[in-house]
Amino acid sequence: MKNQGYSVFLFQSSSYAWRTEKILAGEGIHSKLIPIPRHLSSDCGVCIRVTLADKESALTVLERKGLRFEGVHDL
Amino acid sequence: MIYLDNAATSWPKPPGVSKALVDFTERVGANPGRAGHRLAVEAGRIVYNTREALATIFNAPNPLRIVFGANVTEGINLCLYGVLKPGDHVITSSMEHNSVLRPLRDLEKSGVEVSVAQCTPQGELDPEEVERLIRANTKLVAMNHASNVVGTILPIREIGEICRRYDLLFLVDSAQSAGVLPIDMEKDFIDLLCFTGHKSLFGPMGVGGVAIGERIAEGEIKPMKRGGTGSHSEKDEQPGFWPDALESGTPNVVGLSGLEAGLSWLLEKTIAQIRTEETELVRHLLDGLGELKDVTVYGTKNAAKQTRMVSFALNNLEVSEAGLRLDEEFSLLCRVGLHCAPIAHQTIGTFPQGTIRFGLGAFNTLEEIEYAVRTIDLLTKEAS
Repeated sequence: MKNQGYSVFLFQSSSYAWRTEKILAGEGIHSKLIPIPRHLSSDCGVCIRVTLADKESALTVLERKGLRFEGVHDL
Repeated sequence: MIYLDNAATSWPKPPGVSKALVDFTERVGANPGRAGHRLAVEAGRIVYNTREALATIFNAPNPLRIVFGANVTEGINLCLYGVLKPGDHVITSSMEHNSVLRPLRDLEKSGVEVSVAQCTPQGELDPEEVERLIRANTKLVAMNHASNVVGTILPIREIGEICRRYDLLFLVDSAQSAGVLPIDMEKDFIDLLCFTGHKSLFGPMGVGGVAIGERIAEGEIKPMKRGGTGSHSEKDEQPGFWPDALESGTPNVVGLSGLEAGLSWLLEKTIAQIRTEETELVRHLLDGLGELKDVTVYGTKNAAKQTRMVSFALNNLEVSEAGLRLDEEFSLLCRVGLHCAPIAHQTIGTFPQGTIRFGLGAFNTLEEIEYAVRTIDLLTKEAS
């Protein structure tokens, strides 16, 4: 599964990223915390990366759990 | 050696706490929320997991509304200075520690009005006493859940209910109750729950803070400090969102890793179990000391109405002399004096001489309590 493509979720606070990672894991969605790509934001913190295939289900979980995020971008 | 100073700080810590401190230092060690490499991510995970464990213990509405600082004093200062404005009125109790009283006395100088609800000489408080003091400009009720001098439990749920009825904010200082008694932010109507990590949450010193309820809107607490948060780095103004807005600077992750281990032990053991065991020990101590001539015990003298400490004085020996002899001759470590709570000692009638406080903990045994009673018996007999 090379070049499968990813989406990243950006948060105003990195603390939200750890909360999201844990909640997504609880829903069976694998995610990875990575440095925020510089072309998306100049923040120091981390964002959440999921595969493109998981993007929609991750969005649904975030909405259902009321988890705030600043933006979602495909890489 | 017998350690009876758990009301000051718990010792020893549960297995796993010192291991967590070493493990963080040797294996992780990175700064959370700044860089994005694996060690920074691991450090951030420790911080978040600790927020989540605290949210579970306090039934806090949102782990991201748990703000860390150095201790409960910092949590209380953040809330009082961050919420109160000149012209606001605040109600507190006459059993408070200086961590609440001193900030309030200072805020009085800048126009905050302070009323003190009078407790009984046993340290108990009638919730109606609080209701009677409410004025049109009352903004906040701030008090401890349990006294650090005699352990008397205040009726926080009843007082919280009054606060909710009058639309007041309710701040609870849980220094002596977190991990000792059940606390439920929702059912107890708590808006600001200030806590310390190093007492009965079994973490190391240097970690504490406040859990903020949903009735307080993000941004309604003015930060005490401003600086790096790892977020919105392109801006030179402090961000407004929590927890970042209230947590500038590198956090004490080594301390938080120890607190996470302490909380994990506590969650497994359960507060209910610890409460049962400690109440039994307090009952033995109260019964034992109660039989001794020349010993005056303070507080409710009812284990069910207090936390795990007993405060007393000897009629024929100064508390400082007693404290020294207990340590030097009997290897019994406790705290004597005013316990940083002069107003509480005025309330129970032991100001300025103070009391001897035996602060029991989760690792004390019945044998130790029996030894402590025999020791006090010996000490008073020798002195008379």
